[in-house]
Amino acid sequence: MNQTDIANYIGNLFPEAIISRGPQFPTIEIPPEKLITLCRKLRDDEQLAFDYLFCLSGVDMPDHMTVVYHLESTWNGHCAVVKTHTTDRKNPVIDSVNDIWPTAGFHEREAFDLLGIRFNNHPDLRRLFLDDSWGFPLRKDYTDPARIVER
Amino acid sequence: MTTTTLDFDTIKTQEYLVNMGPQHPSTHGVLRLVLKLEGEIVHNVDPVVGYIHSGIEKMCESLAYHQIPHLTDRMDYLSAHMNNEAVALCVENALQIEVPDRVKVIRTIMAELQRLASHQLWWCVMGMDMGALTTFFYGLRDRELILDIFEETCGARLTLNYSTPGGVMFDIHPNFQKRVKDFIKYFRAKLPEYNQLLSGNVIFRERTIGIGHLSQKDAIAWGVTGPSGRASGFACDVRKHHPYSAYDRVNFNEILRTEGDTYARYQARVDEMSESLDIIGQLIDNIPEGDHQVKMKGIIKLPEGEFYQRVETARGELGVFIVSDGKKNPYRVKFRSPGFSNLAALNHMSKGVKIADLVAIMSTLDLVIPDIDR
Amino acid sequence: MAFDIYDFTSLTSSIHEGLATFLPPVGVLVAEWLLVGISVLLFVAVFGLILVYLERKVCALFQQRLGPMRVGKWGLLQTVADFIKLLMKELITPNKADKFLYNLAPFIVIIVTFMAIAAIPFAKGLQAIDFDIGVLYVSAVASLGVIGILLAGWSSNNKYSLIGAMRSGAQIISYELSVGLSLITMIILAGSMQISEIIQAQSTGWFIFTGHIPAIIAFIVFLIAGTAETNRGPFDLAEAESELTAGFHTEYSGIKFAFFFLAEYVNLFIVSAMATVLFLGGWMPFHVGSFEGFNAVMDFVPPIFWFFGKVMFVIFVIMWFKWTFPRLRIDQILTLEWKYLLPINLLNILLMTLIVLMGWHF
Repeated sequence: MNQTDIANYIGNLFPEAIISRGPQFPTIEIPPEKLITLCRKLRDDEQLAFDYLFCLSGVDMPDHMTVVYHLESTWNGHCAVVKTHTTDRKNPVIDSVNDIWPTAGFHEREAFDLLGIRFNNHPDLRRLFLDDSWGFPLRKDYTDPARIVER
Repeated sequence: MTTTTLDFDTIKTQEYLVNMGPQHPSTHGVLRLVLKLEGEIVHNVDPVVGYIHSGIEKMCESLAYHQIPHLTDRMDYLSAHMNNEAVALCVENALQIEVPDRVKVIRTIMAELQRLASHQLWWCVMGMDMGALTTFFYGLRDRELILDIFEETCGARLTLNYSTPGGVMFDIHPNFQKRVKDFIKYFRAKLPEYNQLLSGNVIFRERTIGIGHLSQKDAIAWGVTGPSGRASGFACDVRKHHPYSAYDRVNFNEILRTEGDTYARYQARVDEMSESLDIIGQLIDNIPEGDHQVKMKGIIKLPEGEFYQRVETARGELGVFIVSDGKKNPYRVKFRSPGFSNLAALNHMSKGVKIADLVAIMSTLDLVIPDIDR
Repeated sequence: MAFDIYDFTSLTSSIHEGLATFLPPVGVLVAEWLLVGISVLLFVAVFGLILVYLERKVCALFQQRLGPMRVGKWGLLQTVADFIKLLMKELITPNKADKFLYNLAPFIVIIVTFMAIAAIPFAKGLQAIDFDIGVLYVSAVASLGVIGILLAGWSSNNKYSLIGAMRSGAQIISYELSVGLSLITMIILAGSMQISEIIQAQSTGWFIFTGHIPAIIAFIVFLIAGTAETNRGPFDLAEAESELTAGFHTEYSGIKFAFFFLAEYVNLFIVSAMATVLFLGGWMPFHVGSFEGFNAVMDFVPPIFWFFGKVMFVIFVIMWFKWTFPRLRIDQILTLEWKYLLPINLLNILLMTLIVLMGWHF
């Protein structure tokens, strides 16, 4: 399926999703409470069959925390990007997609470690790189006077 | 008087924990695995990473775009060129710059040489992990020749810094074509030695066949890419499915195997070496004339938006995700490193194997720790 | 003092008589003990160093490099330098180690090798003790070494050491059987367990030739089992450095580590010497039937050179194994012994008995 087909197909299934065409991938923005339903549909639907999550990244936008999922279907060869965000920057919580794509487990631990995004139902949400007393360095408001020299 | 009988069902050997690493000969750097063992049998592997986390993603946020490739060398230092190329391609795509054909071909040749060098080193270390120390010197002997070519081309042997947004740093050395051709001829003759020394060895085959099985479905679900994924039948070669640089103009096979065991992962890499030789062979005589760079602005500013670039490194799929807010620094950079996802599947693959097999499985995943930690 | 390089009996008896002229019989015995003790000690130290050097050079040969070249001519003094380094290193004892056993273990390992060397015939008349059960003695003593290894693994309070020691225990006890049975095969052919008699029986032809098929099978089995018993690659699971860092001697440093290291090489020598004695005629020169001229030329080479030549050959073969093969896994190593080598060995004994009974050997 090409970008328009994917956009139309998903648009029909999830009217609340905001679907836009990007230069590379179609982007689906979904409220966090619908994320798991959407992801399950994306993986299990035979026409979509997004079985391969190749990237999961957390982004600290000025007014919200975004998690970006890059998906590919190894059967149909098409890609899509799913985005979800939470406006609670202090204690962001998003559902885990670990049991849909097991590879997400490690990526979500990384996002938790660096951005402090908590993932519901993650089986093993521990910090990955840094130790427990560290802040969340990829947040834009992170300051560390000892280690970061402001120019 | 009471008699006591032993109930053998309740007597169990005690599980114990072993910290494998961070300093351990076969974790290839500072990876720590917390093993839950019962005798020799591995019940659970918990990878603990972060010992050399250097915050590259954070650093990128305060660097200009032409500075970022220099950091990426330090991630997967065995695929330094592919890492550079990934960032360069991502920036070029974002700016919609078309680089000259010459650049594309040079980048492809260098990437394949880098892949060969990486696989050679992997082969050395694989042998060593299996206890055949001699392989180490055979592999390094040949790898040295590639590093010499790199040195002549860009002055560096490991951290190349050769690709920059807009082209490559310098034009190729006049000797480049001749030396690469000599190398292809030499290495084609030497590759059978690799098979003689390890692939055909009875002990090696016994140690690897049927060990650490990863099915195609699991490979996709766990995102195991690169030769490790292709050995399970996961057609994930970015060069084939999302061609970049000059990969759309060469004929090569995507090495796919179905067994998904340690031996298949081993064989996939060995076969890939000969495919890489093919790719270089097709391109080396047809390097188009032209510039080695596009004139770029002193300060590169990406348009606002999100850009993603995938390349195939020696370990698997590397993704560069740049979020730009239109300024001279990226807003957020994320590297989807192949080793990171491959490592996540280690526990899944090594349940119930012996310690020696765990070492072999880890070896065929070809982990480079800075690539995981970033 | 009568010195004859072809027959050391005259030398040893002249020393004995010389001592007897001015010492009481007990004094002679003590003096001879000391002499033998010191010569075995010197031999182990010097030959151990030579073997380490040789291993490096053989390894370099297989790995297409030069090996040690800097210390002394062709790096000849490299092992000496290494040994001096080991002597000067700090002896570290882990905090919670069982101190007594931890310190005892390397001594057990090294003493066992000394004991085994006593029964090795270096040349005609150059053998410390010629037991009438010499072969049994050597194989019995050599199997004591595993106690040292187990103690080292247990007392170090390190899980890697413990795993290595358990592997080593399982492995050595299993392969003991194969070593013993292949020795028995040859004893059937020789008709004696006394080492001097076994060698004498090979004056007309080495056992590997006179015993033909079963002897060759026994030789191969002995080489495999012997390699396994010395914990050398491809059977070096006990110290598998890519899995267990250094196995049972992970925690040892300095001279205690050197003891393990040296013992490994001296064990290698003992296994090769036993292979030489039982299969390759000990110090007997190579004789072919009734070719008098050829045999005379062979006799011209002194027995001590024959002995060391053959031992070096066997050592080279075992080193060849190590630098060529990947390591086996613990279950494979036990499968190889119990499912293959042991049945082959038992059948081989039957075959050998049959051949000896029917007189089908040469």
